[in-house]
Amino acid sequence: MGRLFAIEIIYRGIFQKTLAKNISRSIVLAAHKEGKPGISFGRYGDSPERNGIPAKNFAIVATDDITLEEGMAKYEPKEVDVTIAVDETLCKGVESWAWYGLQPVNKLLKPNGTLIVTSRENPESLIAMSHRKETPYKLAILKATPSFSGLWVYKDDHTDVRILGAIAKILPDLFSLKSVQETIMDEWKSQVKADSAARAFERVTTVTVQPNQGNPEVPFKFDLPKWHEMGEGIAIPCVKPGGAIQDPVNAASGGWRPDRNPTFKKFTTRTMRPVVNFDTCIKCTLCWLCCPDSVFDVTPENLYDANMEACCGCGVCEAVCPVKECVTMVNESEFSDNGSQWEHWRKDKEGYTVWLKEKIKGHGERSHGFRYRGQYEEQVPEMLQIAREG
Amino acid sequence: MAQSATLTEQYKKTEETALITGSEAIAVACKLADVDVITAYPIRPYDTVMQYISKLVAEGEMDCEYIVAEGEHSQFEIVKHASAAGARVFCGSSGVGWMYAMEALTVTPALRIPMIAMVGNRALDDPGAFGVEHNDALAVRDLGWQLVWVDTAQEALDTALIAWRVAEDRRIFLPCAISCDGAFLTHSQALVKIPTQDQVNEFLPRYNRADLLLHPDNPITVAPQGNEDWVMEIRRQNYAAMERVPAVLEQAYKDFERIFGRSYGNPYFEEYMTSDADVVLMGMGTLSTPVKVAIRKMRDEGKKVGFVRMRWFRPFAAEKLAKCLQRFSAIGVVDRDYSFGSPYNSGVLATEVRTALYSAPGPKPPVLGFISGLGGREVTVPDVEKIADAVYQAAGGKQQPLTQWIGVRE
Repeated sequence: MGRLFAIEIIYRGIFQKTLAKNISRSIVLAAHKEGKPGISFGRYGDSPERNGIPAKNFAIVATDDITLEEGMAKYEPKEVDVTIAVDETLCKGVESWAWYGLQPVNKLLKPNGTLIVTSRENPESLIAMSHRKETPYKLAILKATPSFSGLWVYKDDHTDVRILGAIAKILPDLFSLKSVQETIMDEWKSQVKADSAARAFERVTTVTVQPNQGNPEVPFKFDLPKWHEMGEGIAIPCVKPGGAIQDPVNAASGGWRPDRNPTFKKFTTRTMRPVVNFDTCIKCTLCWLCCPDSVFDVTPENLYDANMEACCGCGVCEAVCPVKECVTMVNESEFSDNGSQWEHWRKDKEGYTVWLKEKIKGHGERSHGFRYRGQYEEQVPEMLQIAREG
Repeated sequence: MAQSATLTEQYKKTEETALITGSEAIAVACKLADVDVITAYPIRPYDTVMQYISKLVAEGEMDCEYIVAEGEHSQFEIVKHASAAGARVFCGSSGVGWMYAMEALTVTPALRIPMIAMVGNRALDDPGAFGVEHNDALAVRDLGWQLVWVDTAQEALDTALIAWRVAEDRRIFLPCAISCDGAFLTHSQALVKIPTQDQVNEFLPRYNRADLLLHPDNPITVAPQGNEDWVMEIRRQNYAAMERVPAVLEQAYKDFERIFGRSYGNPYFEEYMTSDADVVLMGMGTLSTPVKVAIRKMRDEGKKVGFVRMRWFRPFAAEKLAKCLQRFSAIGVVDRDYSFGSPYNSGVLATEVRTALYSAPGPKPPVLGFISGLGGREVTVPDVEKIADAVYQAAGGKQQPLTQWIGVRE
C-alpha cells in the first residue's frame, strides 16, 4: 500500500470556482510530474453554486494507481492532509448546498494537517474564527486579499500559483517546487507566475493550533430523518409566518420577525455584512422590501434589524438605502457573532454608535470583485505587489 | 311529479345494460366516479374517450372541469396539479402522445399523485400507425405507475372504478394507467352492465388528499430540489407504497364483488382452461379472444392448452404467477410489444415471466417468447395454433429459438 494524499480547497461559489479548479488541477498535474497519479473534482452537490455559497474542490493524489483507487472509492475524502480556504471568512464555518449544518473549516484535517488561508489578518484572529478541533493542526497564512472573480472572467492575480508554492513547502512528499514551476510553465507559460510560486514557497510559515484554541461554539447540525420518518410525496411543511418581537429594554412587543428555515441558515455565504445606523434611519422600508432573503426583522418602533442568522451579505440593502452610511457593508472578518445590532443599540446607544463608527471606518472595503467596471485592473496590481513583497 | 321522481329514483337503482365501446365504458366510469378535473388532447385511439366525455358534459350528464390542453405534456401536468389540490382526476393518451407527456409521467408517482389515465395502446411512431402495441404504456413500467391491461369494455369500466379506489387510498397514492388495446377494445361496442350510482358511491369513497393537500390552509412546498441526502429515502417511500398495493387491491376486488355482484377471481391474472392443461399460453389485453377460440379448437383435437391473461402488470404478482405456471410443462408468452436487445431478444412480458420463475422455488418449465400482433396486426387462430405447437415441442425438450416472430411475412 502506497501513500494517499488528499487536499481540499474551500472556496466561495462562482466567484472562486475557476480559482479552486486551477489549484486543484495544478496539484494533480504537479504531482504527476513526479510520477504520481491523481484526480481532481468539485463536490457535485455544491452545484448550482449561488453567489458566495461555500463550496469544495478536491485533489486526490497517490504514489500508485491501486492506492489512488482507495481514495477514489469515496465520494469525497473523509480526512485531508491540507485544507485551503481561499477566503478568510470561510474560517467561520462552511454551510453548503451539499450537506446540512455547519462544518468547521478544519473538520477534515488530519492530526497535524495544515490549514492554508489567504488573508491579511493575523493568526490570532483567524484562529478565533475557526472552531476548536480535538487534535492539533497547523495554520499557514498566505498574505493576500481574497481573490474573487466572475463566472466568465478570471482575475489572474497569482493566488493560484502562490498556493501551489506554499503546498510544496508544507507537504514536500507530494511534490517539489521544481514540479510546481514546471507545471506553471506548461499551463500558463509565465515565468512571473513561476516566480510568485517560488516566493510563496520561501516565505510561507506555519503556527500550530492547539486543541484548546479557537471558537468554542458547537456548530449547528441536524440528523437526517429515516425514510419512514419523512413526509411523503416530496411535500414539506412551509416555514411559519412568524410574529412580533420584544424590545430588550422596555419589554414592548411589536414589529415582525418572519420565521426562517431552521435547517438552512446560510449565513456562512456572507463575506460582508450590513451594519445599520438606527439613529439616521428614515424608516423608508427599502432595505426590508428589497432584501432577497427577508433578512430584516421589523422592530416595535418600525426600524429594520438585519438578522445575521439569515443574511447572505449580498449588499442590496446598502445599495438601496437612500441615507449616507445608514446601511454599510463591512468585511465579515470584523465580527465574532451573529447578535442583533438593534438590541445592542437599544441597550447602549452611545456604545453602539462608537462600535458602528469603528466598524465602518476600519474595514469598509470588501466586495465580490465586480462592483464597477475596471475594478480588476486596480486589484490585480495590488495583489501582485503583495506577491512580490509577501 | 312525485311519481316521476320515484320512477327516476327507481331507474337509478337498477343496473342498465348498454352497448358501448371500451372507451365509452371508461367515460361512463368517469361519470360514475364524479371525476372533478379531466384534461384531454386528441390522439387516436384514446381520443374516443375524450369525445364521449365531452358529450356527457355537453348533455349535462356530467359535471367536471374539462380542459383541452395544448399538448399531452400540459395535459398530464394539469391533472397532476389538480390532484395535488384535492381533485379526483382522469386523463389519457396513446402512443407517442403518451411519450410526449413523459416528463409529467415520471414525476407523478414520486409526488404520490393518484392520477388515473387510460392508455389507448398504439404503436409508437415511426411509422405513423394507429394499431395496438403495448410499448407505449410499458414505457412507465419502472417508474411507480400501477399498470393494468383490460380485455373487455365491462372490465374497462369495472377496473377504472377499482383503480380510483386503490390509487386514492392514503396508503398508496400512486397513479394507475389502464391499458385498452387500440381498435379491438377502444373502437368496438359490446354489451356492458352499467352499475348504479348508489353502488359506486358505496364502493368509492371521496378522494381525501389529507396532509398532502395543496391548499392555503395547509401551506406546504411540493417537489423542492433535493440532493443525494434525500433522493434514496424518497424512492424507498415509493417502493413501500407499491409494496402496499396488493393488500389494498385485493380488498378492493373483494368489495367490488360484494357490492356489484361481479367477480374477477384472482385480480392479477385470469386463467382460462388451465385446470387440466399440459401447456399454457400467456398474453395481455384483447389477445385473449383469438387465443381462447384457438384453445377450444385445439382441445377438440385433444391438445390440452390453457391460457393465462395478465391483468395487473404493476404490481407484478410474481410469486402467485410462478406458483400457477409451475404446474405446466411449458409456457408460451405472446408479447404485443418488443424490447430490442433484451435477454433473448424477448418481449417485455416474457422476460418478466422468466424472472418470476427463476427465483421461485420449484420446477422451472421452459418459457418461449413470441412477438406477434404488432402495429394492430391480427393475431389469427392459426397463429395461436402455431405458437401452441412450438410450446408443445418445448415441453418435449426440443431446442428452438427462445423468441419467435409469429405472423410476420418471411
